[in-house]
Amino acid sequence: MSEEMWINMGPQHPMTHGLWNLRVRVDGETMTAAEPIVGYLHRGWEKMVENRTYPQIIPLADRLCYGSSFTWSHLYCLAAERVFNIEVPERAQYIRTACIEMQRISSHLMWLAAVGTDLGSYTILLYGMRERELFLDLMVELCGARMTYNYVRIGGVRNDTPPDFERNVTRVLDTFEPRIRDLEALCDECETFRMRTIDIGKINAADAMNLGLTGPSMRASGIDLDLRRHDPYEIYDELDFDVCTHTDGDCYARYRVRMDEMRESVKIIRQCLEKMPKGPTRVKVPRCPPKGTAVARVEDPRGESLMYMVSDGTDKPYRLKVRSPNYVNLSASPAMLLGNKISDVPAIMGVLDMCIGETDR
Amino acid sequence: MDIDLSYQAMTMTAKQFGEMTQNFIRETAVATGAKKAIDKLTAPIWSWGQRNAIYPLHFGIACCALEMAAASAPRWDAERLGLIYRSSPRQSDVLLLNGWISAKMRPTLRRLYEQMPAPKWVVAMGECSVSGGPWYDAYNVIQGVDTFIPVDIYIPGCPPRPDAMIDGFLKLNRKITAENRGRFLDD
Repeated sequence: MSEEMWINMGPQHPMTHGLWNLRVRVDGETMTAAEPIVGYLHRGWEKMVENRTYPQIIPLADRLCYGSSFTWSHLYCLAAERVFNIEVPERAQYIRTACIEMQRISSHLMWLAAVGTDLGSYTILLYGMRERELFLDLMVELCGARMTYNYVRIGGVRNDTPPDFERNVTRVLDTFEPRIRDLEALCDECETFRMRTIDIGKINAADAMNLGLTGPSMRASGIDLDLRRHDPYEIYDELDFDVCTHTDGDCYARYRVRMDEMRESVKIIRQCLEKMPKGPTRVKVPRCPPKGTAVARVEDPRGESLMYMVSDGTDKPYRLKVRSPNYVNLSASPAMLLGNKISDVPAIMGVLDMCIGETDR
Repeated sequence: MDIDLSYQAMTMTAKQFGEMTQNFIRETAVATGAKKAIDKLTAPIWSWGQRNAIYPLHFGIACCALEMAAASAPRWDAERLGLIYRSSPRQSDVLLLNGWISAKMRPTLRRLYEQMPAPKWVVAMGECSVSGGPWYDAYNVIQGVDTFIPVDIYIPGCPPRPDAMIDGFLKLNRKITAENRGRFLDD
């Protein structure tokens, strides 16, 4: 005889990174239904930016997803540049690409730290945050802020790199690269970590495609799709890097993909520094763009993020639609949760890399 | 308490008798001034214990939650100041609000605040919870948490650095010292 019951997790729960509510129906310990409820961080971003001029939106775009704020402000500027019809100087493109990859590393490190605490290993948090500080220091040196940078501008970047920046980045990368192995060892050689991630939250390639998963969660199911490769923006088509995929589709595969991506990011940053040309970093931009629409999409650390912008010729956008990768990934989470035990919820949801700021907008 | 009821003690349940005795002791202590005297003597001990073991609620809302995590990470190591995050509001002393509060979250947050046991403080971290911050004209964001729960410490910044957060908690530390409240026979 079994009795089913509903369990609420959140909005205040150590499993939820941010505010959201997960309702699961359990039969014994097995989940038979799951229903994520979002909206606790909704602040009407898309409506709000209709009352802001184009440059005023950049800091707000930073705060869309605080884990990878650089990527979001960059995505906004990319969309705006397509509306304004302007070309970004080459040096600015290189600086942006290097920063995006640094942001990807720090976002993945934050994710690793969060997953570590979710799975009961505080050590991973301590080590992950230690490495993250290295990259945040570089960003402080570059633009003065640790998390919300406000550094990308429509038509370039705010300022050129400070003196000795390239040397400092190389030093940090030299320190960080061997430490990835240490971080992996903390997880791979931990029996508990492997038991709690291998074969948990499985999703196959067809389901991942149908549910609209993107980013590392999708590549872990064996689908080779990376917008940096398939729809290159900035200077990604000139760089040499691999798209990391895995075939298992479980939590462990998602973890592996992210760890491999950090290695690739280190490679990309090194190439950017090597090829970086001299020149201006910003072009002048008119106040009002011509009438028109534009779409820009980039590979966020969490998946494919997209912005659709409509301009009516004034200095404020008429409409700005955001496609956040996490909103779609979260709606795919019931497919991963069903059939697993209730104690696997932190592992599955933690490995998805939740960021509710961009989900609720 | 009604002292006249004491002759009914034999017909009371054990719980009622316990409550009656406790009330009697408390009221006698207050009436004779013994509570005041004992409070004055023991207050430094209470506040010493409270200020050195500040347990904030593990409640990550938005951007500042990452700085909260960074503050407990090795570089800042807030745990040396007694900041240990507890996951249940029933075990925590401080409600650390690190993000914007939406209209949907407001009743839940009020309930979280009321679930916390009595000596409790609220720290508003970041512009969003101090005054609404960058979302000053958003239709769904509460313009400052002090509109519905009392706030003790404000930490400005968007987001504040972990240093600023630790500074805020040191100010809370000083505030608890200055309050110097005895809690003899308090619930």
